[in-house]
Amino acid sequence: MPEVLKAPLVVEFPFTRSLGPVQSAFLTGLRERVVLGVTTTDGRTLVPPVEYDPVTADDLRDLVEVGSTGTVTTWAWNHAPRRGQPLTTPFAWVLVRLDGADTALLHALDAPGPDAVHTGMRVRIRWAGERTGAITDIACFEPYDGEPAELTGSTGEFADPVGGIVAAARLDYTYSPGRAQTAYINSLVDRRTVGERCPSCRKVYVPPRGACPTCGVPTAEQVEVGPRGTVTTFCIVNIKAKNLDIEVPYVYAHIALDGADLALHARIGGIPYDQVRMGLRVEPVWTDGARYPDHYRPTGEPDADYDAYKELL
Amino acid sequence: MTRDIAVVAFAQTDVLRTTDELSEVEMLMPVLHSVLDRTGLKTADIGFTCSGSSDYLAGRAFSFTLALDGVGAWPPISESHVEMDGAWALYEAWTKLLTGDADTALVYSYGKSSPGSLRDVLTRQLDPYYVAPLWPDSVALAALQAQALIDAGDTDESALAAIGVRSRRVATLNSRAQLRGSLPQGDYVVRPLRTGDCPPVGDGAAAVILAAGARARELCSRPAWIRGIDHRIEAHALGVRDLTDSPSTRLAAERAGAFERPVDTAELHAPFSSQEVVLRKALRLDDSVRVNLSGGALAANPMMAAGLVRVGEAAARIHRGESDRALAHATSGPCLQQNLVAVLEGEPR
Amino acid sequence: MSKEPVAVVGIGQTKHVAARRDVSIAGLVREAALRALEDAELTWADIDAVVIGKAPDFFEGVMMPELYLADALGAVGKPMLRVHTAGSVGGSTALVAANLVAARVHGTVLTLAFEKQSESNAMWGLSLPIPFQQPLLAGAGGFFAPHVRAYMRRSGAPDTVGSLVAYKDRRNALKNPYAHLHEHDITLEKVQASPMLWDPIRYSETCPSSDGACAMILTDRAGAARAPRPPAWMLGGAMRSEPTLFAGKDAVSPRAGQDCAADVYRQAGVTDPRRDIDAVEMYVPFSWYEPMWLENLGFADEGEGWKLTEAGVTELDGDLPVNMSGGVLSTNPIGASGMIRFAEAALQVRGQAGEHQVERAGKVLGHAYGGGSQFFSMWLVGARPPES
Repeated sequence: MPEVLKAPLVVEFPFTRSLGPVQSAFLTGLRERVVLGVTTTDGRTLVPPVEYDPVTADDLRDLVEVGSTGTVTTWAWNHAPRRGQPLTTPFAWVLVRLDGADTALLHALDAPGPDAVHTGMRVRIRWAGERTGAITDIACFEPYDGEPAELTGSTGEFADPVGGIVAAARLDYTYSPGRAQTAYINSLVDRRTVGERCPSCRKVYVPPRGACPTCGVPTAEQVEVGPRGTVTTFCIVNIKAKNLDIEVPYVYAHIALDGADLALHARIGGIPYDQVRMGLRVEPVWTDGARYPDHYRPTGEPDADYDAYKELL
Repeated sequence: MTRDIAVVAFAQTDVLRTTDELSEVEMLMPVLHSVLDRTGLKTADIGFTCSGSSDYLAGRAFSFTLALDGVGAWPPISESHVEMDGAWALYEAWTKLLTGDADTALVYSYGKSSPGSLRDVLTRQLDPYYVAPLWPDSVALAALQAQALIDAGDTDESALAAIGVRSRRVATLNSRAQLRGSLPQGDYVVRPLRTGDCPPVGDGAAAVILAAGARARELCSRPAWIRGIDHRIEAHALGVRDLTDSPSTRLAAERAGAFERPVDTAELHAPFSSQEVVLRKALRLDDSVRVNLSGGALAANPMMAAGLVRVGEAAARIHRGESDRALAHATSGPCLQQNLVAVLEGEPR
Repeated sequence: MSKEPVAVVGIGQTKHVAARRDVSIAGLVREAALRALEDAELTWADIDAVVIGKAPDFFEGVMMPELYLADALGAVGKPMLRVHTAGSVGGSTALVAANLVAARVHGTVLTLAFEKQSESNAMWGLSLPIPFQQPLLAGAGGFFAPHVRAYMRRSGAPDTVGSLVAYKDRRNALKNPYAHLHEHDITLEKVQASPMLWDPIRYSETCPSSDGACAMILTDRAGAARAPRPPAWMLGGAMRSEPTLFAGKDAVSPRAGQDCAADVYRQAGVTDPRRDIDAVEMYVPFSWYEPMWLENLGFADEGEGWKLTEAGVTELDGDLPVNMSGGVLSTNPIGASGMIRFAEAALQVRGQAGEHQVERAGKVLGHAYGGGSQFFSMWLVGARPPES
């Protein structure tokens, strides 16, 4: 078997998250170095404040300030911080019950080593220098052996409350397309289009996907198809796509390559867009270095009869 | 309506660190063929199909649509999909069979963890406002739970190590498992959890066939009858939960009838050694119960399939006459947030 | 013993808009759920289980969001299931929930579907740059437009039919306070003059991108007897799937859609859908799909669907009203769109549809589809409980 194709796949987006009133107050409070909790009907104070009571499912709205000092309820030593985590040097993950709260907040604790951390230890918030109204406004916790912090007396009302956060998220994958598609992609290097025939229904799939989708069995027998084919249907695209260097309007067509039992999708060129028609006979146009044909152009043959391709529509 | 429903066949792939020579459908298809072959059924004979998988593992939206190619969904089939572990797909299929709309169901699930960095991917399950921006990885969260157990006096590091050692030792008898035999306990990944306390990251797929009543007896000489199945979820935030307990597991077990009579076998989906401690406590399993003879998730943990594998392994023991009453458990979410329990029985031999 | 009859006793939706900047994801789903509970005059304690659905997790960037949403939906300590069947998911989710009641596993179930598209960008989620593959050249409209052209070729429909559907649905939306698009100055001329995006599909013939959620309370016979308002009864429900792309696929009238409808009609004892069914909420993200689905669902013979549209049969006051709510063309929180169809069908038979209520609504079909026209889910609801 030839070497498996692999390539990096980066899934990255800056998600724009709008906030409900409780979250907005909490995160705005962090910006102002104030920690807010929310009280439940049975008198518990939840920190971080959640919008809905995890026990009763009630709406929660009553904000109350709690201390910026607290007690570690459990911890875990992270000797190798990962991308995006609060500290780049070894630290402890901690759940901290802040003074005045009944529940614990997850964050990082900056400590010299695991021997300096234990459940029950006292800690305080180390505020980030630059704060925007996000959970990262708490830079981390740090060990603290003083008195519980004084409350600021905040009412939970702030000027210019934050309404949302931007949560950038990046995940890195290594994509590999599998056996059948690898074979297909490798054949394209020689400008050949190679599909696979189903051993059961004998249909030829281009591109092959490793399985005949109607029979649910592996395809293996390779069949070269094309290079010519028939436009079965199409649309005229008038919107310029981001990251695509194609002038609009252009024609996006379904093309049944000769010998294939279903159409693949490609752009049509070499003919005015408004003269493209169902049944047009086309052939690929390759450009140097490209993996796929740049587009398909008319061959000059007479159009195919509708009956000849209507089953491929 | 009372309708007896049984697991009549189970198949799984070898679980491997990477399967990059195979697409998802190429990995899945042999398992589908194998489970159908065991019953002599064809796709067209199946009344309902349900699968479980996750786009986030694949890094692609709608990734499950291509997996359907391996089923041979033609003529069109009655089919559904959960973005959950396959154990919940099995639950959906079980309810479908209960309605009487179908007599047989194919349930499958698969996960390829190898393309991404699983520890980072799983952070995307967390509260997107307060927690996910800190990127606390799955091992870190499990470590917080493990430390809470140690602080509570429920376990210690050597007891945890023993769980990993036992799991991989028994896995020597399971050719599908990813980690088998004696392995060093290793360094801390996130203290107090060491390599040996953590599941291997791997790719795999599993499938089972369910059948109702007489159909089950036709398809299997000793069907694994589902006497009860239930699942429950807990609050999301770790800071509001007692991490040393699993009330959702206990409640699901109660509803599934697990406590009515002792089980002889249990397959627990405990990806971390510390979670086996929590689950044994919640399920009141004593030393008379054979726990995770397959090696469990510490020997092979194909995401989205590992829960279904627990049901399949428990059922297979009943099929082979090695168990008369078995409990299977599946979990989802950080620190055992959501749990499913099924109780399976074989008829007296 | 036969299946337990399933009744819809509560329905709630958010006002669908392009971006709900004032709520979290939890706040959005919560709003629909509370409205459904209010409609049913029930509380969280009355709910036995929650079944939630949405389209791909990448749309909001939250993996398996049901884990985070458990608290907001009162699911703590209860069973919670998460369904994902692409665009048909809203319908499938309702059917999974209905099965829990029909199987007598639970008495009363909350089912909900949502999408908060403003958190990201659906085009991004749909076109992640998969290595080695040719970038998608044309977007979602480009995927469906060639099938529309194939339909036009096959049926001989005049190219004006698509604009008629859009004009009708947008006017219907004006009567639905929850609809996203409220184009008060809409005219047929404006639809026909809107830019051609993916010829033959014009801008005004495409769906918007919405934030929204829809919830329903499903219950058994006993629950229905306690309901404060008339229930809608499920008379039949089914899902069908076929592969994404395959040799011989009929993208204009997929067999999975035909088979799904046939199954629903069989369960409900419908022999002539055109005669027996009073109205339809169908999943029409591009206007031409109305005539295409009319044929696929058996309301018209092959090639004849456009004639019903052209003759005004599908208008709000027509003989077979279609998309009384304004449909997907006026409101599209992707994962919720299918459930909105199901819920709007139920609203009609309950007589609770307000200004967009049709007079004779004894049996109404809710329809959803997704993927490459490959996943179908449908239910038929009626004002009277199923016989037997």
